[in-house]
Amino acid sequence: MIMGETVIGLAVAAAVDPVPWARSQMAFTLAFHIVLVPLGVSWAFMALIANYRAVRHDDRDALVLAQRWSKYMAVTFAVGAVTGTVLSFEFGLLWPRFMGTWGDAFGIPFAFEGLFFFTEAIFVAIYIFGWRRLKPWTHFWTGVPIPVAGVFGSISVVAANAWMNAPGGFTMNANGEITDVDPVKVIFNDAMPLQATHMVIAAYLVGGFLVASVYAAGMLRGRADRYHRLAFTIAFTVAAVATPIQMGVGDALARWVFNNQPVKFAAIELVPTTSSDVPERLLGKLNPDGKVSGGIPIPGLASWLSDPSTGKSTVVQGLDSVPADERPTVRETNIVHLAWDVMVGIGTALFLLSVWYGVVWLFRRRMPRSKWFLRAAACSGVLAVITMEAGWIVTEVGRQPWIVYQRMKVEAAATANTGVWLTFIGVFVLYAALGVTLILVLRGMSRRFRRAGGFVEGDTPYGPTEAAAAAAADEVETAEQVEERAP
Amino acid sequence: MSTTIAVVLLLALAMYAVFGGADFGAGFWDLVAGGPDRGAEPRAVIERSIGPVWEANHVWLIFIFVVTWSAFPEAYQSIMLTMFVPLTVAALGIVLRGASFAFRKGVVTLRFRRIFGGAFALSSVLVPFCMGAIAGGIASGQVPAGGKAGDPVDSWLNPTSLVTGVLAVVVAAYLAAVYLVWDARHFRQFAMAEYFRRRAVVSAIVAAVVAVTGLFVLNAKASHVFDGMTSRALPAAILSVLCGFGALVLLMRYAARGARVLAVLAVAGIIVSWGIAQWPYLLPESLTVAAAAAPDDTLVALLVAVGLAVLIVVPGFVLLYVLAQRALLPEESVEDVGDRPITSGG
Repeated sequence: MIMGETVIGLAVAAAVDPVPWARSQMAFTLAFHIVLVPLGVSWAFMALIANYRAVRHDDRDALVLAQRWSKYMAVTFAVGAVTGTVLSFEFGLLWPRFMGTWGDAFGIPFAFEGLFFFTEAIFVAIYIFGWRRLKPWTHFWTGVPIPVAGVFGSISVVAANAWMNAPGGFTMNANGEITDVDPVKVIFNDAMPLQATHMVIAAYLVGGFLVASVYAAGMLRGRADRYHRLAFTIAFTVAAVATPIQMGVGDALARWVFNNQPVKFAAIELVPTTSSDVPERLLGKLNPDGKVSGGIPIPGLASWLSDPSTGKSTVVQGLDSVPADERPTVRETNIVHLAWDVMVGIGTALFLLSVWYGVVWLFRRRMPRSKWFLRAAACSGVLAVITMEAGWIVTEVGRQPWIVYQRMKVEAAATANTGVWLTFIGVFVLYAALGVTLILVLRGMSRRFRRAGGFVEGDTPYGPTEAAAAAAADEVETAEQVEERAP
Repeated sequence: MSTTIAVVLLLALAMYAVFGGADFGAGFWDLVAGGPDRGAEPRAVIERSIGPVWEANHVWLIFIFVVTWSAFPEAYQSIMLTMFVPLTVAALGIVLRGASFAFRKGVVTLRFRRIFGGAFALSSVLVPFCMGAIAGGIASGQVPAGGKAGDPVDSWLNPTSLVTGVLAVVVAAYLAAVYLVWDARHFRQFAMAEYFRRRAVVSAIVAAVVAVTGLFVLNAKASHVFDGMTSRALPAAILSVLCGFGALVLLMRYAARGARVLAVLAVAGIIVSWGIAQWPYLLPESLTVAAAAAPDDTLVALLVAVGLAVLIVVPGFVLLYVLAQRALLPEESVEDVGDRPITSGG
């Protein structure tokens, strides 16, 4: 009896408000998954560059690189697949009322995402498996669908998120039930083109810097052989090309937010009341009394950037233009603003690093040899991940309190299940272990690769065997001989 | 239109049971393979067999979720609210299983291999049990309509759920054993083929016993589904039983190839006859498929995605399977074991 009462007592004590826990769990699992996404989307592209070079120019370093990258990819893809599957559970477990009301519209892009993910999974398996089965060019072409499917998959997922920012393509009756859906308008919603482009380029930017940073660190430790330089050059070039494009797309997206989600924009720029000649404030914070303090204001810049045609006289809508319960709280506003500063600040730093690389390449036809460049490049991976996470915080926290912009609030969407705090703890522990193990396993693989110098059997779920690597190398040779004989 | 989507959903469930189920079942045999020495050989067969395809099999589950939340959002809401606990356990199990399988190959030391291997095997049993329990809860009308939550515990800890949960585990193990017989034979590991053949026969008999028990429980607790099973769904159910019986006979007579096809049909038959038996309800006796369906345009969009999947994914899937099977041919695997030195390194 006493036992029973204690259990009930515990259960009552544990009956906490599920909304903040649900938000935390969703945020945490998405923040985890979003790190794996760039690798799934862009690493295959980089591996294919190496693979192309290996087959076209009989480059042994590039061949080893492509094969090793595909082995790492198998591990990160596997982890990404399971964390992605968990997200599809969470939509329903944490936000049942959201899915119940909007599933018939919001759900559609996921049908296409599933299609592309399936394609990607199959070709990842074929590509990794095909090292020992297929002819070099055939094998190369079985890898090509991976980045293509990765890009379209990301576009589909981001289309769903963009729909939450710009809901459209449905008719709702007086009872709050969706009676009519226009799937094309749901997928190609107003926010989708810019948001999807921003994310796809982010995938290349983050993936490129992340992979390059590993080899930069290797070079700093004295492993500056051709293999490391090649790996670094492929990855860093991808990132350096993506970075300036990303700044342009980001700028256009910010203007879209200014025009379509003025309250989010007000949080980004820390604008308490509607006004013109709004300064661009670096850091600083909004106080509960509605005053902004601290930071470095650049006079008029926020107005000017919002619409260069009207310059400083551009009117920026303030946070107080909507009731307090329809805008981010003071704390959320400060998070959005700080995240924005972090994204733009680090993004700009990464852009300058790319310029450094580009200029040296232009004049000397080689990568920069400066220790300081390598040190910066070794940090670029982590910095790029932080930038991406910050950007994602801007768009998600900036939309608060809405889950579907101006249609449904987060608290109305969440589950009423009071046990969510428990699942949050479970998920947190599991993912923390997962993250640590993933890094340890990748490092262990890299160590073993280094010791072996060639290929090791049994490194990945289904990596090519030692014999297969040799066979593939031989096949390259044969192909080359055939080519030589041809003319 | 809603009927078409319901059929697609049922087929996806059958595919998940057949492909994903075999993966989970392989984990079951991994779990019961014994200590590191005794279990080394069967574990090696299991690892080789499920390696190339297991990631693709998550897609069936994701697809089932996507179709349910897009085409039947209200029912999805009810199911997710009611089945919070088993779904959460299944989700965590899937993370644990997938990650530990990938990592087990990444680590070398025995101690870590055992930890990851144990996590892999244990979650392989937990996930199908939860899935089966959820199916049983739905079949016995534990999930109310209207986006409401049923009982958080009784809805999946009841006689029907227990039987269907156990049935899911046993059927998964059975399927995996049948596949593994075939795989082992093609690698000329005849001792292993015999090992899994014995297990396939035993699990087939256990599955039959559990299924018959299930019918009695259905009769008592889920009368709508039981009535359907003994009328509408009777032909499908009989076909499933015949296939299962045929597979058993073939297994006893050492004919693995035919047994594989029949075993797949038997398991798919269970899912299909469940679906037919439950018709016209999505949530028995409270929500019909037609009433739960989303607007037609949403259903059309889903069918378009399904059509594209058939066009794009099926050829890729076939290619993957062909490659996997080709690699399993013994003469080719011999050709692979060359002793060529590694010429390139870095």
